[in-house]
Amino acid sequence: MSGSTTAAGVGASQEPAGTTAGRGSSRGPGFLAGPVGRNLGLVIALAVLCVVGAITAPDQFLDVDNVLTILRLASVIGVVSIGMTFVIIGGGIDLSVGALVALSSVWATTLATQQMAEDVHWIVMVFTALAVGAGAGLVNGVVIAYGKLVAFIATLAMLAAARGLAEIIANRRTQIVQDRDFLAFFSGDVLGVPTLVIIFALVALAGWVLLNRTTFGRRTFAVGGNAEAARLAGIRVQRHTMWLYVLSGLTCGIAAVMLMARTTTGSSTHGTLYELDAIAAVVIGGTLLIGGRGTIVGTVLGVLIFTTLGNVFTLNNLSSSAQAVARGVIIVVAVLLQMRLATGNFSLGRLGRGPGAPAATGAPAGTVSGGSVPGGPGGTPPGGAPERPQT
Amino acid sequence: MTTPLLEMHGIVKSFPGVRALDGVDLDVRAGEVHCLLGQNGAGKSTLIKVLAGAHQPDAGRITWRGEPVSLSTPQAAMSLGIATIYQELDLVAGLTVADNIFLGREFSRLGLTRPAEGNRAATALLTRLGHPEIRPTAEVGSLPAAAQQMVSIARALSQDAKLIIMDEPSAVLDNEEVERLFAVMRDLTADDVAVVYISHRLEEIRQVGDRITVLKDGRTVATGLPARETPTREVITLMTGRDIEYVFPERRARPAQDEAPLLEVEGLGLRGSFADVTFTVRAGEVVGLAGLVGSGRSEILETVYGARRAGAGTVRVAGRRLRPGDVAAAVAAGVGLAPEERKSQALLLGESVYRNISISSLARFARGGFLSGGSEKAAAREQVAALDVRPADVDREVRTLSGGNQQKVVLARWLLRDCRVLLLDEPTRGVDVGARSEIYALIRDLADRGVAVVVVSSEIPEVLGLADRVLVIGDGRVLAAEPAGALDEHRVLDLVMEDAAAHGGAAHAPYEGDVA
Repeated sequence: MSGSTTAAGVGASQEPAGTTAGRGSSRGPGFLAGPVGRNLGLVIALAVLCVVGAITAPDQFLDVDNVLTILRLASVIGVVSIGMTFVIIGGGIDLSVGALVALSSVWATTLATQQMAEDVHWIVMVFTALAVGAGAGLVNGVVIAYGKLVAFIATLAMLAAARGLAEIIANRRTQIVQDRDFLAFFSGDVLGVPTLVIIFALVALAGWVLLNRTTFGRRTFAVGGNAEAARLAGIRVQRHTMWLYVLSGLTCGIAAVMLMARTTTGSSTHGTLYELDAIAAVVIGGTLLIGGRGTIVGTVLGVLIFTTLGNVFTLNNLSSSAQAVARGVIIVVAVLLQMRLATGNFSLGRLGRGPGAPAATGAPAGTVSGGSVPGGPGGTPPGGAPERPQT
Repeated sequence: MTTPLLEMHGIVKSFPGVRALDGVDLDVRAGEVHCLLGQNGAGKSTLIKVLAGAHQPDAGRITWRGEPVSLSTPQAAMSLGIATIYQELDLVAGLTVADNIFLGREFSRLGLTRPAEGNRAATALLTRLGHPEIRPTAEVGSLPAAAQQMVSIARALSQDAKLIIMDEPSAVLDNEEVERLFAVMRDLTADDVAVVYISHRLEEIRQVGDRITVLKDGRTVATGLPARETPTREVITLMTGRDIEYVFPERRARPAQDEAPLLEVEGLGLRGSFADVTFTVRAGEVVGLAGLVGSGRSEILETVYGARRAGAGTVRVAGRRLRPGDVAAAVAAGVGLAPEERKSQALLLGESVYRNISISSLARFARGGFLSGGSEKAAAREQVAALDVRPADVDREVRTLSGGNQQKVVLARWLLRDCRVLLLDEPTRGVDVGARSEIYALIRDLADRGVAVVVVSSEIPEVLGLADRVLVIGDGRVLAAEPAGALDEHRVLDLVMEDAAAHGGAAHAPYEGDVA
């Protein structure tokens, strides 16, 4: 919409096919707006944080153990954030992730489950957690995709209900994980890398492949970017939306297993406020909250930034309150920067225009596409409210 | 003659990829109802947004009472006395009538609102409009559409508007409400207020209008026509005709008479829109649907595609019945739609060209769900080369392409899918005049390769030039189905107008029963 994009588009479209000039001009404003540019900013931010950490706490920060601590802390919320990335790119939101982590952890550590795990194998506990997470995600997905409830409301309801259910099952008590093999497996390490970190890495890798190399990922972008166009292109939008929430629930189940290992407990208080941490990480990672655009790498960096920030503050004996303030500032600054980067428009004057800007940006799309306002062709029939194909 | 109230001259407005206004002239006199006519996409909406101060023109001159003015913001337009009543009313549903009328200019003292005063003033305005029955304390969201419109008009009057723009106000009103709206408009003009009135219904324009300006392809094709005396045929010809002769590709010498029909539509109906539509399309054939806006042509196409759920009838592709209301099933059966609203209904604007092309054929480039990026891009490149999309860069964001090239991307999507039935809704809407012949050649080429094509267009010459057979649609029914060679523009217009006359001009008689 910006002047520069317009010029590039119009200019280049008149050039003979495939000239390098045409390619160049499309890259010009696009470079920083692309995944590379966005992630570059995050890498720089993370680097700056590390430098600050190294300067203010030179002995501790760069210690290998400290680095592993940061990664271990990042891993649980990181896994949840990967699932959240899919949901948000697909145009939704999942507020229930924290509650689903709690519910999964409680369900997987009930006496009955642990008994069965003892009889069979600890993998039963893992499966239980994953099944509970995915099952609750399925409920979310069905209610949102087929019940057409707004995702915010549906998952807000799930947030309340799932945590309540977790409390009922656990009777508000913390359930200790008894299985030693389970704990040994998940709290161990491979060549010095904690298992939890490896799980996070695997989930992130799987998420990256799923998002960028599969039809599922491509459809996620399409559904989030323009649901109507996706539907008319033959994509089963409702079914796809449902799967997105199942996926998010599944990552909650994985995170529950990781938390059970880290804390050796299952508890209805696990995962409190994870939804906000995950959304914050996804959003500063460059994923658009309205959907259609986002990256896994960005989310991973977002998680690492927040965890490193916490670590640096802790090492410097700063309060968690100060840390919370810093997080807030980082979210706002990161998103403001992204908005500028995404539109390829750096002029701050635009900021001042405030209310005028969105109107001006929103309008062309409608006008150009035929200049008709909804209800144009379908609007003239009498009595009938113009029926538009909507999902 | 006195100075016109408003004069616009040579207004140009471009958006990325398309020139929405390309030299529009308009003059409005005080105390007249000036009707603005044009097909969808002719530029009416953009023009009124320029007038309302929501869009800045790239070129052109606007004078108000002889003085050059710049309508740089909605506030600037409002302070001159230009008020716009949009099709989608911009009222706050949860506030009362009085609150809405004086929104932003509330009666207050020391920061406290004074509702009684606002209510009194609102009642006065509504009484002036002949609607004293609308209570100022009623919540706007609870009012019927007609009353909401009155609230909008009252708001315009309260701002001392000298020019009120009404964008298709009658679309949401029944006949009686339209009559009352007209009475209000006459009162307004008697007070020297000018009204710019937009409607697709010609009979309304005769009833209430003074002069007509016709827009087409972003240009003024006629201005200042007397609303009552100009023959309907002339007006329609201005809107639907062609000022440039296009080169249409040659038809195949022998149309595919003997082949089995690929698309069979039988008794198709959609409540409140169209009924009993039956036609077949053979492989290699182009069938055109001609009709005016509101005739139901786009709805027919969307229902065939499954984007709307048919109330009656069947759609068969190669003999197999399609599940109603299931787009994915239609696509799987080899049907493709290039919708009218390309940007909002077909394209992922922020995505690259190749992703837009492959979106409907992803399964083809995937093994076990994993995409092979190389073959996907290569296939997209092939299509881009075959259709001559410019620039031929499959990584470019679709939003930066011109309208014609965006349309080619949509066509490429279905070509890549090897679709057998292609439904095209206004294939040249928003396409630069120069690029249209290319699109025509493409469509014919597709048909020659054995695709069954259905084309909807509001430009009658386009349908006649492109199609082998033409269905004339009026009031949601097929009025005639004849080979394109047996029809000409006059004959089509006759059919449409006879039909309109037969139904009292109201253009909706046939499905009143359905609605009730």
